[in-house]
Amino acid sequence: MPENTSHNDLTTSIEIEFLLEGIFRRYGYDFRSYSPAHIKRRLINKMKQNKFRSLSEMQHHVLHDKNFFNSLLKDLSINVTEMFRDPAFYVALRKEVIPILKTYPFIKVWHAGCASGEEVYSFAILLKEEGIYDRTQIYATDFNNNILEVARKGIYPVDRIKEYTVNYQKAGGKYSFTDYYLAKYNSAIIDQALKKNIVFAEHNLVTDTVFAEMHVIICRNVLIYFNRDLQNKVIRLFNESLVHGGFLGLGTKETIQFSNYNAQYTDVNKELKIYKKKVNE
Amino acid sequence: MKPQYKAVVIGASAGGLYAFKQIISVLPVDFFIPIIAVQHISPDSENYIITFLNNHSAITIKEADEKEKLKPGCVYFSAPNYHLLIEKDATLSLSTEQKVNYSRPSIDVMFETAADTFGKGVIGIILTGANQDGTAGIRAVKEAGGLTIVQDPTEAETPAMPKSAIEASAPDHIFSLDGIADFLLNLHQAHNKG
Ligand SMILES: C[S@@+](CC[C@H](N)C(=O)[O-])C[C@H]1O[C@@H](n2cnc3c(N)ncnc32)[C@H](O)[C@@H]1O
Repeated sequence: MPENTSHNDLTTSIEIEFLLEGIFRRYGYDFRSYSPAHIKRRLINKMKQNKFRSLSEMQHHVLHDKNFFNSLLKDLSINVTEMFRDPAFYVALRKEVIPILKTYPFIKVWHAGCASGEEVYSFAILLKEEGIYDRTQIYATDFNNNILEVARKGIYPVDRIKEYTVNYQKAGGKYSFTDYYLAKYNSAIIDQALKKNIVFAEHNLVTDTVFAEMHVIICRNVLIYFNRDLQNKVIRLFNESLVHGGFLGLGTKETIQFSNYNAQYTDVNKELKIYKKKVNE
Repeated sequence: MKPQYKAVVIGASAGGLYAFKQIISVLPVDFFIPIIAVQHISPDSENYIITFLNNHSAITIKEADEKEKLKPGCVYFSAPNYHLLIEKDATLSLSTEQKVNYSRPSIDVMFETAADTFGKGVIGIILTGANQDGTAGIRAVKEAGGLTIVQDPTEAETPAMPKSAIEASAPDHIFSLDGIADFLLNLHQAHNKG
């Protein structure tokens, strides 16, 4: 029976609502406050790939088949990342954040939404080159355990190395990028020494709690997937996890400007979204 | 009943800078509906097109920010290295998901969400370019009942993209750049007369 488009539209939005509710209650992952257009796109793609006729039909598989849910989680989480993405961000960290970190006896860093870890190793390289890696503890978290496994291994396709080498140089790298990986067959294996002070752990920004007393929090290209309310909630989590005078680095298209915490921060670099939490007033 | 347009979406690749200029520079400062544009661009570009077009246009041109509310009298250009999506509440979202048609931003991604949001209230326009991005997008606009326009490939700096769009969607109009500009101006004037 042919249905008109507004009918279809309504049906689809009901199906999405039910599916997200089901995922939350069954698996604990809460996508209900993510950007709707993004979620819809991912769900419809998944439905088409698997030749389901409707999201309702897919819902059955999502709720009954954990493996299928895991593959959907992968689709919903967008793990796309790279080493030294936005090289200017790292140049700014080097110039404006590292000199202050150098005055600390011990440094705690949190990478939230670290995906497959490239960003974490990039920052580790920077800390190493600046001579403060050995007194830094890095917590790298993501809500997707499968992608964390990739991050822990630190083995990346060798065909991306060219691009990463260019990024490294643009990011102000002091030595040769080849110092930091071992090329083997089709893989680039991250230098073991870079892993020494990194702990990878599962953490969901929507449903889990604070990480205490961080000096630096880096969370890039995660907030863009959240609606304004959820962004505000997550920025609050960062605010509570950060020491006074601590640094927050977001993605170039993200901002704390519209959150309730804006007044508690100063811009370290406005363009590159590096903020400093004000010292207690 | 005459259609109630709510937004214009435009996509271009190679040759887009000057094609956009010819259209955008003639639009009035208070153009009656928002315009959302995707221009293929290298990931670490400074998005020079925005400065360039602002220097040549009355209407405001800006880089799209996430969760930003669409307003008339403004052209929103996608940011380098991010996909641009349009939400049902007429706000913008960004995403770093995989490239689509080797492109991020992808015209298809933006057009498909525009079709979903505005339905028959969207005008989709494909300009010059060297690849197939935008083809699925313009088809989605058409299927949603929107109006489709493609730049005349014989005039385009790079014809592959408009050609592909025409083959796939049989657009409502095939216009030169001046023809597209006139068409939008006429809509604006008709709208103002009420
Ligand atoms: C686009 S990647 C960003 C990777 C890296 N930070 C970068 O900018 O290149 C987004 C990551 O956020 C993670 N993510 C999404 N929602 C999350 C949540 N609620 N809690 C923790 N991580 C989340 C995804 O699994 C994904 O790995």
